Amino acid sequence: MMMKKLSIIIVLLVSAGISMHAMSENITSLRGLTELDQASKAPESKQYAKDGAPIARDYVQQPPLIPHQIMNYTINRKSNKCLTCHSWKNYREKGATKISQTHFEDRDANVLANISARRYFCTQCHVPQVDAQPLVENKFQPVTAITGQ
Amino acid sequence: MNDNKSTLCGFACNFWKALKKPSVKYSLGILLSVGFVSGIIFWGGFNTAMEMTNNEEFCISCHEMEDNVYQEYKNTIHYSNRTGVRATCPDCHVPKEWHHKVVRKIQASNELLHKALGSIDTREKFEAKRLQLAKNVWRVMKKTDSRECRNCHNFEYMDFAVQGRRALDQHSKALDEGKTCIDCHKGIAHEMPDMHDVDPTSTVGNI
Repeated sequence: MMMKKLSIIIVLLVSAGISMHAMSENITSLRGLTELDQASKAPESKQYAKDGAPIARDYVQQPPLIPHQIMNYTINRKSNKCLTCHSWKNYREKGATKISQTHFEDRDANVLANISARRYFCTQCHVPQVDAQPLVENKFQPVTAITGQ
Repeated sequence: MNDNKSTLCGFACNFWKALKKPSVKYSLGILLSVGFVSGIIFWGGFNTAMEMTNNEEFCISCHEMEDNVYQEYKNTIHYSNRTGVRATCPDCHVPKEWHHKVVRKIQASNELLHKALGSIDTREKFEAKRLQLAKNVWRVMKKTDSRECRNCHNFEYMDFAVQGRRALDQHSKALDEGKTCIDCHKGIAHEMPDMHDVDPTSTVGNI
């Protein structure tokens, strides 16, 4: 009786070990199939797209994407490089898109004379683009209100 | 009367008299060769000293430069870029032509005075003066048509066809309007000062 119990336990343990081993071989984490003690291959580095035409929005309320490089464009309390072209004062001369009127409202819907502090840090919402495939497949389609179809 | 004059004149007058008199002791050949050799030594020494004060190590031997503007410059394209070509401090801040360079070096004595006075010896003092200092550089750049930029960058040799949309637009316009580099390219090698007084629409806070 004792021997039988023991052998069942051993069989269970061994089979559990084998299946766990098999499972661990099939687990794919975000870093791929590289073993923990091996260095994984670095992903190909992407470069920001060169200056292009404005990029169409994919959904209503989408913050427009930045169709140009913004390397070393500093945004801090003292100055904002983006606004040297995109502010209402500068956009005509620089041929840029002006910032939206919504950016002059504070959170209590008071309209200010200058850009609101909560809309000041452009890259919180607006981002430049690289030519990269989506990591996860998706079948998102823009609404007809945007595509006009 | 005569005595009074000679005491007033003193050493300088005697020295001048000696200089005016032709030499009775040394031959013309010796005088010329000594003059020629010492001329080379002094001229070479002068230029060597000027070159020594014209490199990055010298500039950042002052902590004011090393801790502030140099650290900021290290994050910019003139320090690190894809081809590995660098523009160091004097490439932008000291003229290349001899006469402009000497004028700039003499002006630098003012910077030595402020080093001694400790005008910007802390980060806070430097930040408080940053706009004023930046405006000085912008004014000079404007006056010289961005001469130091043009040692490397020149409208005449720019191929607008390979420039990006924005650069192409702005450079063609700037060329037509006779603008100079610094009109647009401010703060490319150092942090910008607080621009609220210059262009409030490019900063946060009420106008």
